[in-house]
Amino acid sequence: MHEMSIAQSIVEIVEETMAGQNGNGKLKEVVVEIGELVAVVPDSLEFCYQALVQDTPYTDSKIRIEILPLTGNCTDCNKQFHVENFMFNCPYCDSVTIEILSGQNELNIKYLEIE
Amino acid sequence: MAVVTVERKVLKKNEMVAGENRKIFGDKGIFTLNLLSSPGSGKTSLLEKTLESLSGRLNLAVVEGDVQTDNDAQRISAYDVPVVQIVTNGGCHLEAKLVQDALPNFNLDQLDFLIIENVGNLVCPANYDLGEHKKVVLISTTEGDDKPLKYPAMFRVADLMIINKIDLLQYVDFNLEKVIENARQINPNLEIISLSCRTGENLKEWISWLETQKIK
Repeated sequence: MHEMSIAQSIVEIVEETMAGQNGNGKLKEVVVEIGELVAVVPDSLEFCYQALVQDTPYTDSKIRIEILPLTGNCTDCNKQFHVENFMFNCPYCDSVTIEILSGQNELNIKYLEIE
Repeated sequence: MAVVTVERKVLKKNEMVAGENRKIFGDKGIFTLNLLSSPGSGKTSLLEKTLESLSGRLNLAVVEGDVQTDNDAQRISAYDVPVVQIVTNGGCHLEAKLVQDALPNFNLDQLDFLIIENVGNLVCPANYDLGEHKKVVLISTTEGDDKPLKYPAMFRVADLMIINKIDLLQYVDFNLEKVIENARQINPNLEIISLSCRTGENLKEWISWLETQKIK
């Protein structure tokens, strides 16, 4: 259960970003992208975020979580694919020399929506 | 409605501190390990056996991470090596800053190895870089041989998997070939050593693996 510390880091970045807006606009949504392999439970993260922003200027804001699919590129046959069931070999030629393109370690705040 | 682009890593702060730790370990020539497993796989027992073999020959220090108690640090201090206990008070993983704060307790110029025993947990610690050189994940034969499939993130980022308690293989339904197959499915480059901390079987392979990692 590390979603609370992740939510705290998100709120810190939100505060820093909103401070740069000089009080203009109200935060509606925080958009976060998380890699499919990254061990974060979206429901828990949402719960923790809501708990942290309660009774703050961001109390009405929501967090939107986009999951980045786990995809790879085979360096032998050069095909790209979604890694199914965490089988880290190429579904076309069975090679294990694949490079991960996305979904392995992303945990990013993409943007804030304000109005 | 307006959009303010942020494009920032949520764990950037931890990654920055981990980078600072990595520089310290590199500059001082200290090979640093992050030791990970479920509770009860035998991390502390492996450490005890390691210290038995290596103390006197190499300079080691240990950082112990636990949710509560300094029981593990007490076990380690019996081997006359510097040890710092980090109690996370409920926190499920160590962060780079906690490790950095522990470093002033050691004489870094003299150290060859720093072993960080993380909190027993196969989920959260996978996301937190501590600045270590390698991650070693421990699994024991009293657990399920499908554990690598259940916790793919951890086994994907690990460099070495140690299978402990092989003295119990004849009493449990754990299939050694199966766990290796499952682990290599997640991480084809994973190094694997099976051993028993209790009987000492094959401990040598682990000790020589560790010795070859020495930097200075």
